[in-house]
Amino acid sequence: MKVLATYNIKGGVGKTATAVNLSYLAAQDGLRVLLWDLDPQAAASYLFRIRPRVKGGGQALIRGRRDFDGAIKGTDFDQLDLLPADFTYRHLDLVLGATKKPTRRIARLLAPLAADYDVIFLDCPPGISLLSESVLQAADTLLVPLIPTVLSLRTLDQLTGFLGGLNGKRPDVLAFFSMIDRRKRLHLDIASQLPAERDDVAATAIPSLTLIERMSLERAPVPAFAPRSRAAQCYRQLWAEVRSREL
Amino acid sequence: MHVLSQAVLLAAGEPGEDAVLASLSPRFSVHGAGRPHSVHRTWLDTFDWRLHRAGLTLEYVTGRRPAELVLTGPDGDLVSQQASGLSWPARAGDLPTGPARDRLVSVAGIRALLPAARAVSRVRDLRVLNADAKTVAWLTVDRTTVSYPEAAQLPARLQVTAVRGYQPQAKRVAELLAAAAGPAGPARSPLDAALAAAGRRAEDYSSKLDIQLAPDMPARLALRAVLLNLLDTIQVNVPGTLRDIDTEFLHDLRVAVRRTRSALKLAGDVLPAGPAGRFGPEFKWLGDLTTPTRDLDVYLLGYQDMADSLVSAKPAELSPFHDHLAVQRGMEQRRLARGLRSARFSRVMGDWRSTLAGLGPAQGGPRAVDLATARLRRAHQRVLRQGRAISPASPPERLHDLRKRCKELRYLLEFFASLFDPAAHQRAVRDLKGLQDCLGEFQDRQVQQHELREFASQMMADRDTPATALLAMGELAGQLGLRQQAARDEFAGRFHDFASRASERRFRVLTAGTSR
Repeated sequence: MKVLATYNIKGGVGKTATAVNLSYLAAQDGLRVLLWDLDPQAAASYLFRIRPRVKGGGQALIRGRRDFDGAIKGTDFDQLDLLPADFTYRHLDLVLGATKKPTRRIARLLAPLAADYDVIFLDCPPGISLLSESVLQAADTLLVPLIPTVLSLRTLDQLTGFLGGLNGKRPDVLAFFSMIDRRKRLHLDIASQLPAERDDVAATAIPSLTLIERMSLERAPVPAFAPRSRAAQCYRQLWAEVRSREL
Repeated sequence: MHVLSQAVLLAAGEPGEDAVLASLSPRFSVHGAGRPHSVHRTWLDTFDWRLHRAGLTLEYVTGRRPAELVLTGPDGDLVSQQASGLSWPARAGDLPTGPARDRLVSVAGIRALLPAARAVSRVRDLRVLNADAKTVAWLTVDRTTVSYPEAAQLPARLQVTAVRGYQPQAKRVAELLAAAAGPAGPARSPLDAALAAAGRRAEDYSSKLDIQLAPDMPARLALRAVLLNLLDTIQVNVPGTLRDIDTEFLHDLRVAVRRTRSALKLAGDVLPAGPAGRFGPEFKWLGDLTTPTRDLDVYLLGYQDMADSLVSAKPAELSPFHDHLAVQRGMEQRRLARGLRSARFSRVMGDWRSTLAGLGPAQGGPRAVDLATARLRRAHQRVLRQGRAISPASPPERLHDLRKRCKELRYLLEFFASLFDPAAHQRAVRDLKGLQDCLGEFQDRQVQQHELREFASQMMADRDTPATALLAMGELAGQLGLRQQAARDEFAGRFHDFASRASERRFRVLTAGTSR
């Protein structure tokens, strides 16, 4: 079982769109996939038309009082399940803080799922918190969407620096450019230079496309409702790159 | 993880499928998922329904997806494995390795898997959506046309399968559909429904005798019922024997012939004077016809164990013997098939059936229970008398004779089982079985040693037979001799148990004439 987390300290960079589309493509590849929507905003749950509610809330899940089996929902797609978000996830830091070894908690909770799933995607809320530390410990790979600005590159360096300071297992980092505006020279320059210079930046970039925004209207992954679109092709290419590098 | 899956049957005619589906609105809506497609199903079981008796259903499914074997257990648990290009009959052991095969081998044993029914289903897959347009259940509409054993159209079947985490909604969907479909017929599995459409039912054959007799019925009619049952068994096993599907067709056929001969010998006097005398030699001919093939079957079925038991010789050194057995069996099987296809055989079967059909009750003849009790007592006394006369110095023939008497007693117990208290009957059979096993071992090993010498001289005539094969056969003969001797040593104790006061008392209670 591989654990892939979409993560960035910054919000609004395309984490959820990545988690939803890549988890769909992984399931299409025949892998058994679970997506855990850890963000109390519940965007991934919404996109799969699943109500963001977990009986007993995040607290019961994190403390191990409620088994995952009962909380997992099937999506409309074969081999793809979702563990929905819950509004109580906004207090997950407090809940984690009350457990023993909070940073290893997520990894411990995921371990029993190895028999049922080949890949688990974690869609994380932005920021650096106890939850994100626990996710970093659980993940084999961090998929980090970046907007091609100088500031966001600084954020990537901050993240790798932060990971370097962690004890124990450290995830691989695979950043990729997201929301590229083809009309902006700076975007295009950064997005073409950096993958050549750094091997933690993927060659595939995801442009800013209306179709990706349409996901919230269609409430489905892009390759499901527009399989031949450019957006779907970009995500397929990204998934192929992730798969060959990390799985 | 348990996922709800529930079937709703639509009776033929009203209400139609669309009306039933409309009952889901407004809470749920239904959307098509892909084009309708055809699925070909073959249900398989052994001739004596070993899978069905064990609560298992085996389907070979071909169609849109790769062909697969699907085995459903008593609790609805599924085991499936991909397996393309299979043809039937097939032995479980010859199926490609996989989880279904592993489970089948232990249940089907040496019996082949045969098609019990075949059908083509036209399948429509639908999604059931909630108010968020989220799929909460899959709905499969299955219209099945049975092609074997008889052509028939089954009622449309709606199968509701919950999407994970949406069990309560799927349950509600099934309830709404069931309410709209109205009262359906009995909830039957597709296999049982396919069989029912052909006027058949599962488990309609067993190698065990199950004849329901009434104590007060005329003895002649009781015997007629027994003989008709045996005749059915003989005839129903002929096609499988001719096609050589597995060894048990011949075995069951042979046992039914032997039982028929014993019934005629032990109780034939309640029939009108002619039949018993006239048909006795015909059934002897039939029995003799089946012996050589069966003897070779016994050798071949036990071959691996024999080869593995060799100490001095290597198992591979015995393989020329295996080849010889296989060639001989091929010849004998063809001879047997000629006999079963002969005019004589069909004449005997036809005449015997019409003779039995024409039998009426005898004027003033005995009741069934009186005949059963008298003949059982007599057979029991014979076993005791002949057994007591056997000493360590007695020749093997005496033990062979005793074995025949024991078989006769056993058959009588089986023919008339329904007339006696089941518990007392079971105990009597158990008392007898220990003695029968010992005598069977003694005689079978002796016959096998004799045959082994025959085989060895036949193989000697073929100059290519290596000496190592004959030596390995010599070792086998020695082992058979030891096993025969062990059975001989065991005999006194086994007979002592059978002839014990307690056992005799149990038998007296059984035959005291107290019918159920």
